[in-house]
Amino acid sequence: MAKKKTIRTIPQERTPVRELDPRERGKHFKEVACGYRVEDALNEAERCLLCPQPACVAGCPVSIDIPGFITKISAKDFRGAYDVITATNLLPAICGRVCPQETQCEGVCPVGETLEPVAIGRLERWVGDLAIAENWSSIPYLEASGFRIGIVGSGPAGMACAADMAKAGCEVTVYEAFHEPGGVLKYGIPDFRLPNTVIDAEIENLRKLGVKFECNTLVGRLFTIEQMIDEMGFHAVFIGTGAGYPSLLGIPGDSLNGVLSANELLTRCNLMVARDFPNHDTPVPLGRQVAVIGSGNTAMDAMRVCLRLGAEKVHCIYRRTKAESPARAEELHHAEEEGIEFHWLTNPVEILDDGKGNVRGMRCIRMELGAPDESGRRRPVPVAGSEFEFETDMVVFAIGTNANPIMGQTSGLKLNHRGYIAVDADLATSIAGVYAGGDIVTGAATVIEAMGAGRKAARSMKAYLGIRDSESAEPVPGADAIFGIDPRERNFVRVRLG
Amino acid sequence: MKTVASSNFEIVAREDFSDVTYLLEVRHPLMAKAARPGQFVIIMCQKDGERIPLTIADFDREKGTVTLVVQAVGKTTKEMQQTCRVGTRLFAMVGPMGLPSHASGAKKVVCVGGGLGVAPIYPQARAFKENGAYVIGVVGFRSKNLVFWEDKFRQCCDEFIICTDDGSAGIKGLVVDGIKLAIRNHSDIDEVVAIGPPVMMRACAEATRPHGIKTMVSLNPIMVDGTGMCGGCRVKVGEQVRFACVDGPDFDGHQVDFDDLMSRLRRFAEEEKAAMQRWSASCRMKVPSESASLVIGQPIAAEDLAAALELPDPFQEVGGG
Repeated sequence: MAKKKTIRTIPQERTPVRELDPRERGKHFKEVACGYRVEDALNEAERCLLCPQPACVAGCPVSIDIPGFITKISAKDFRGAYDVITATNLLPAICGRVCPQETQCEGVCPVGETLEPVAIGRLERWVGDLAIAENWSSIPYLEASGFRIGIVGSGPAGMACAADMAKAGCEVTVYEAFHEPGGVLKYGIPDFRLPNTVIDAEIENLRKLGVKFECNTLVGRLFTIEQMIDEMGFHAVFIGTGAGYPSLLGIPGDSLNGVLSANELLTRCNLMVARDFPNHDTPVPLGRQVAVIGSGNTAMDAMRVCLRLGAEKVHCIYRRTKAESPARAEELHHAEEEGIEFHWLTNPVEILDDGKGNVRGMRCIRMELGAPDESGRRRPVPVAGSEFEFETDMVVFAIGTNANPIMGQTSGLKLNHRGYIAVDADLATSIAGVYAGGDIVTGAATVIEAMGAGRKAARSMKAYLGIRDSESAEPVPGADAIFGIDPRERNFVRVRLG
Repeated sequence: MKTVASSNFEIVAREDFSDVTYLLEVRHPLMAKAARPGQFVIIMCQKDGERIPLTIADFDREKGTVTLVVQAVGKTTKEMQQTCRVGTRLFAMVGPMGLPSHASGAKKVVCVGGGLGVAPIYPQARAFKENGAYVIGVVGFRSKNLVFWEDKFRQCCDEFIICTDDGSAGIKGLVVDGIKLAIRNHSDIDEVVAIGPPVMMRACAEATRPHGIKTMVSLNPIMVDGTGMCGGCRVKVGEQVRFACVDGPDFDGHQVDFDDLMSRLRRFAEEEKAAMQRWSASCRMKVPSESASLVIGQPIAAEDLAAALELPDPFQEVGGG
């Protein structure tokens, strides 16, 4: 056994990751962060103190055994590291890229009290990318449980739920309204942050587990949730449709041409590949001076997409300050590097018409921070007489979403006062056998939170169906986990290891 | 019942009503079962194509098919006119989308269809008839040779008024003249349902406003997903902003801000023009031995194109969908 590591003996510097030059990358959609090499990963793994009571595991919404997989990396058992991660998280290449690690695992890492925290996200991504490159995915023999599970929505919540139910031997069908699976990972998050090839690889892993994807299927309208249970033979259903009904600005001029939601911009550009117009038929509007309202991850994505499409200048308009910005630290940093101009404490009050129905500018007002509001953040209040005109010919709003009404319109599901699906502590809805999770329950949140909800719902569904689950079972020390399979869940028979 | 939701979107029948208007019948048993009057689908012609909304013109639950009537005006719809033959497949078709038209208890209704609105008004007229209403059908065409589905309409309408621009069939005039005629003859009309280009629907709403007759219109603005996610289809209705894809597509015609709608329909006029020019140029490069009845392979005069773009018909593709 090696000597116990201390804060003094570990590498002091967080291993940097290579990134594309900010001046170069603004011209294309190649991924910005290049990821670790083997030597980087080994060096960074050395920085983990392997705490006996790891705070990072508690900080992870799906409780990945972080010291466990880092130990495997240090031992150069990379396949083992992948197995440890996929015991709880099927999508490491995705989560390593899009999780807000600084507020989760890395935010509570004790190393971070003195030095920079261990780069857990980068290590997770490295393992996930290696798995894709090496084509790792042992396909276990799963004893069929005889249960059929329907999943509505192929985004992160649905994918996570599908994985767990498939591993429990269920026959899983995932329905997607778009023509390609992936949900927000596909239409929302741009390639330079999460390449589509990574998503497709993870979806392929699910297919290998036996999960079926049915695209072009708008559940609710083509058939209802009730029909899935009553007529189509599904024993349980999970709804993970996302929030997706963009909040509008509600100011004069917000229906002018050139004013659009970040969702529309991103869907056109990412899913419909409008960036390649006219080789792809879908066009995307583009201004010279683009103003993006909001400062969350979606706003960052929208701004960086506009830059890559060729906008001369891209501005971020946010009514609070950088400190309150909900974006991931890395996204803000990348946006700043790429030359996005930030206008903190600024709020739009009117979008100005060029006389032909297009945007010619925007009237904004300066804000200042007042007393804290219910979210605990200081409430921005307008500064009287501080209005000014802002030159822009395209306004993108990324100010959050409301509940999508389709499920409520087409089923007897009980909704809460905000229109989201009402669930109990087990994520059960008002219809027996129907569970819901992710943004359609909580409102807009993160990919990993949606995945956590998908897994939680899977546990509840297994309990509902009487499939044995070992949530309460003691972890088996040193037990080997194979791809995505937790040996603690003794609910399947393995006869073949990949 | 073990159901497979997917269909391979095979085209099982096609009928050409004119050199620009064609009907496609697509096999999709589950959608045929679910579809109701007033709903629409979004289709993709090919993998790198755009998503375009088309109102469901009819559905046959027994045959398991959904009928679409398409007007070739933009790049995609012209391309479809060439490529969509019986036995071929669409790349994607999703639906039925939108709220079905409310099956109101109206006793006497006028169902108005102009241009491409003629097809989707048909299932509404039929539904009203099935509900026991007295149905007056009013449809408009440029001239007699463009008239289609007259028999189908006559079967479900108690009165049927054809309006043509040149008077070659029915009365000479616009559908608004047909509505006025109906209102003159009947003082007890409960409701008017109008589907067609925005200018036509606005004119219909204005014709009924003085009489206080409830008037529903079906809007088809530019959309991407059709599920409420992008907000591209937002329309002003009264004091509210509504999404046509999930809050509509039917709205109270007396409340709709048609100026706003028409301005937003012109969002991608430039891009659509570019796509058309590029596509028609590439067609010219190909062997011009396509069926002689098709005009699409030929160069398109810029002014025709401009005219087509000037006033987008809501029941045909508008660029950018």
